[in-house]
Amino acid sequence: MELVTKLKQSWRTLTMLFALVLIWIIFQYVTDGAFLESRNLSNLFRQMTVTGVLAMGMVLIIVAGHIDLSVGSVVCFLGVTLAMLMQKGYAPASALLVTLGVGLLISLVQGWLTAYQKVPAFIVTLAGMMVFRGLSMGVTAGVTIPLEDSWIKSFGSAYVPTTVGSAIAGVALLFMVVTRLRRRSSALQHGVATSSPLMTALGLLLMAAVIAGFTVTMNRYEGVPVPVLVMLALMVLFNFIATKTVFGRHVYAVGGSVEAAHLSGVNVRRVVLGNFLLMGLLTTVAAMILTARVESAQPDAGQLLELDAVASCVIGGTSLMGGKGTIAGALLGALVMESLNNGMSLANMEAFWQYIVKGLVLVVAVWLDVASQKAR
Amino acid sequence: MASQSTTVLELRDIVKEFPGVRALDGVRFDVCRGEVHALCGENGAGKSTLMKIISGLYPHGSYAGDLLVDGAVRKFSGIKESQAAGVAIVFQELSLVRELSVAENIFLGREPSTFGVIDWDDVQQKTSALLRDLGFNISPSARVGDLGIGQQQMVEIAKALALNAHILILDEPTSALSDTEIEVFLGMIRTLKQRGVACVLITHKLNEVFAVSDRITVFRDGKSVVSYLAKDVNEHRVIADMVGRELKDLYPRIEKTIHGPILEVQNLTVPHPTIPGRDLLHDVSFAVRKGEILGIAGLMGSGRTEILMSVFGALHGKRKGSIKLEGETLNFASPQDAINRGLALVSEDRKRLGLVLEDSVSRNISLASLAKLTRFGVLDDDGEMKIAKDFVKDLRIKTPGIEAQVKNLSGGNQQKVVLAKWMLTKPKVLFLDEPTRGIDVGARAEIYRIVGEMARDGVAVVMVSSELPEVLGLSDRVLVMCGGRVTGEFSRDEATQEQIMAAATRFSH
Repeated sequence: MELVTKLKQSWRTLTMLFALVLIWIIFQYVTDGAFLESRNLSNLFRQMTVTGVLAMGMVLIIVAGHIDLSVGSVVCFLGVTLAMLMQKGYAPASALLVTLGVGLLISLVQGWLTAYQKVPAFIVTLAGMMVFRGLSMGVTAGVTIPLEDSWIKSFGSAYVPTTVGSAIAGVALLFMVVTRLRRRSSALQHGVATSSPLMTALGLLLMAAVIAGFTVTMNRYEGVPVPVLVMLALMVLFNFIATKTVFGRHVYAVGGSVEAAHLSGVNVRRVVLGNFLLMGLLTTVAAMILTARVESAQPDAGQLLELDAVASCVIGGTSLMGGKGTIAGALLGALVMESLNNGMSLANMEAFWQYIVKGLVLVVAVWLDVASQKAR
Repeated sequence: MASQSTTVLELRDIVKEFPGVRALDGVRFDVCRGEVHALCGENGAGKSTLMKIISGLYPHGSYAGDLLVDGAVRKFSGIKESQAAGVAIVFQELSLVRELSVAENIFLGREPSTFGVIDWDDVQQKTSALLRDLGFNISPSARVGDLGIGQQQMVEIAKALALNAHILILDEPTSALSDTEIEVFLGMIRTLKQRGVACVLITHKLNEVFAVSDRITVFRDGKSVVSYLAKDVNEHRVIADMVGRELKDLYPRIEKTIHGPILEVQNLTVPHPTIPGRDLLHDVSFAVRKGEILGIAGLMGSGRTEILMSVFGALHGKRKGSIKLEGETLNFASPQDAINRGLALVSEDRKRLGLVLEDSVSRNISLASLAKLTRFGVLDDDGEMKIAKDFVKDLRIKTPGIEAQVKNLSGGNQQKVVLAKWMLTKPKVLFLDEPTRGIDVGARAEIYRIVGEMARDGVAVVMVSSELPEVLGLSDRVLVMCGGRVTGEFSRDEATQEQIMAAATRFSH
């Protein structure tokens, strides 16, 4: 009985997981078993990091009722900034810090225009999309800039040593068990409804299986890719921000009803600006990972990234009307999108199919969502 | 008139079930030609569900029982079909397009056209004729968003009637109307009745029920409990049947002491944002004391709401005058500022301004106090849930659980959630704007009790209300507004409805 209600509550997540598994099985079959090889899975997770990182910021912006269309161009521009600074002889750390500064400044301006000047985010960031694409092309004169050798490159293609990877997984697992049990006991103490011991155990087991399975698979190849670890760390951080902080709660309240939030003392403008600043941090990280992976900054890098990020959020259950959406959902959405990319490439399907299939998956996901809400 | 007794709408043994709830349980109801039949009952009694069945919003097949129009069983599958059968319905929530004109709204979806080209002259002319016919003084070309809520409601009614309906269903039609507008409205119903229109009136306002109804049916817990002719009963009897018990004291008598002034507003003037030379508020001064309930009466547009919004920092634009809280001169620049200093505002529009409807009960309760619910910047989920549970218990909020979305709660329970939100901030001054609008009589009594107890515990309450009995029943002192000015002040003992109405219509220009 409890299981049934639980399943109903997380219906959305479950269908998405089911779709993911289905996609994986299909590709496994089509590629004669190449898809689920640890080498390919490692590759798949590495490829999803840029979209995944951006999707986390995009969720918060969309939940608050706005959108950011500039992230693709901004990622490109920040990559160019990073590569050029290092070419000029900046130390990697200072080059990265300056790039972060530029990223935050860009989001500060866009956020200020949106939140304080009331220019719609769609317009502000559409303009940003054009401006920063243009700037990237102008600054580089259309030429690819190679990334100097440094530790920054490890954010593209390096792996965490297998022992370290296993250790981190172990710590993460332990942390999860402890927090879950502490939450449970505290909920019981306060007389708040919580799941039965059996359900808690089942949930923890499932988590453990996912973490262990992931780590073992990655370790069977070269280990957990560094960018994937960065993405997972950011996931923990952003999930914390979204669910456990006043700021996060305010984001959801603003998205649910701006007026009600305002009259309840929420500083709406600051919340929106804060969202953009978080996005500034994430575009910097994404730019670093992307530039490191291709070992150069290209003036046409990151095209359509913004739409991949938005699509990930939407597939992951984020409502464009605002108020609804989760970090984990967005990452799952990014994984679905990247699985399609990866699997179709692996199956030697021509590139144009990827666009068509991704488009169809996007619209079907939302269609199912809308239809199921109507049914209930 | 022989045709008076012709039954035009009849419902037989209607049963409607939602998952886990039987919303209607064998309901019988009918209305005759030229008759006004009032439907009374607490929120959640099933009235709105019944209306949705009649209008086809809940299609045939989703309920059991028969729906008859003009003697024939009808199986509506949508609102278009019920409209074609002559049923017009005006819902409590307005469904007008703010950006379109009155005429465009009235003819929306059935614009007279030749090969798809709209004949705007015809639209204008028909709208003028219709509005004139109904005695509504509204320009057909006015943008709906520029009209007051009362006038918007009239447009909504005109829109429904433009379909030449012979059965008119009105769901809380007057909840946003001023007293004058209500008089006009009731007159309109009488006119329609004479023309043979059958009218179903759903309202909490029993004085209106008795002013126009021929028959009254009371709903309770999804059943039609009792029907009687309006001339055979009185308000007391109807209320008793609605709540299923005798309601002795709607307004609680709570022993309390009133202390010194806590909030003092002096010479508050707020200019009109778009009309130069006009003031929303003009030289308004008042004080409210610790433990006191100050009622503010006045007609729509008299500046009542603006007083609260302005002091609370929620009204944009310039503001002149001084505000003192506990003797300290403060300038509340934003709601955030006001809340931090100990003010709270229960706004007029609960669904839009008071609640995040998609969010849960517990998240709504904590929304204004999140900063207090954190430890080292981390939200204390369990503490939040415990607080929500306590409020649900203490205020008797009827909800499936603290995780339930507030949009699924009835109006009274939603309002209790709003009150819980503000109680949690431990306010010194509580502003209430139409605290019981659209709320049934049972929940009303509970809200009065909650407010009364807050005052007893030392909160200064300022309550704006259109309902004079409420103002008189609850307030220790009454302030009357007219045209943005204070035109009267009465103590509880000296205030009467007549005096208040006289002051509320004392226009100075």
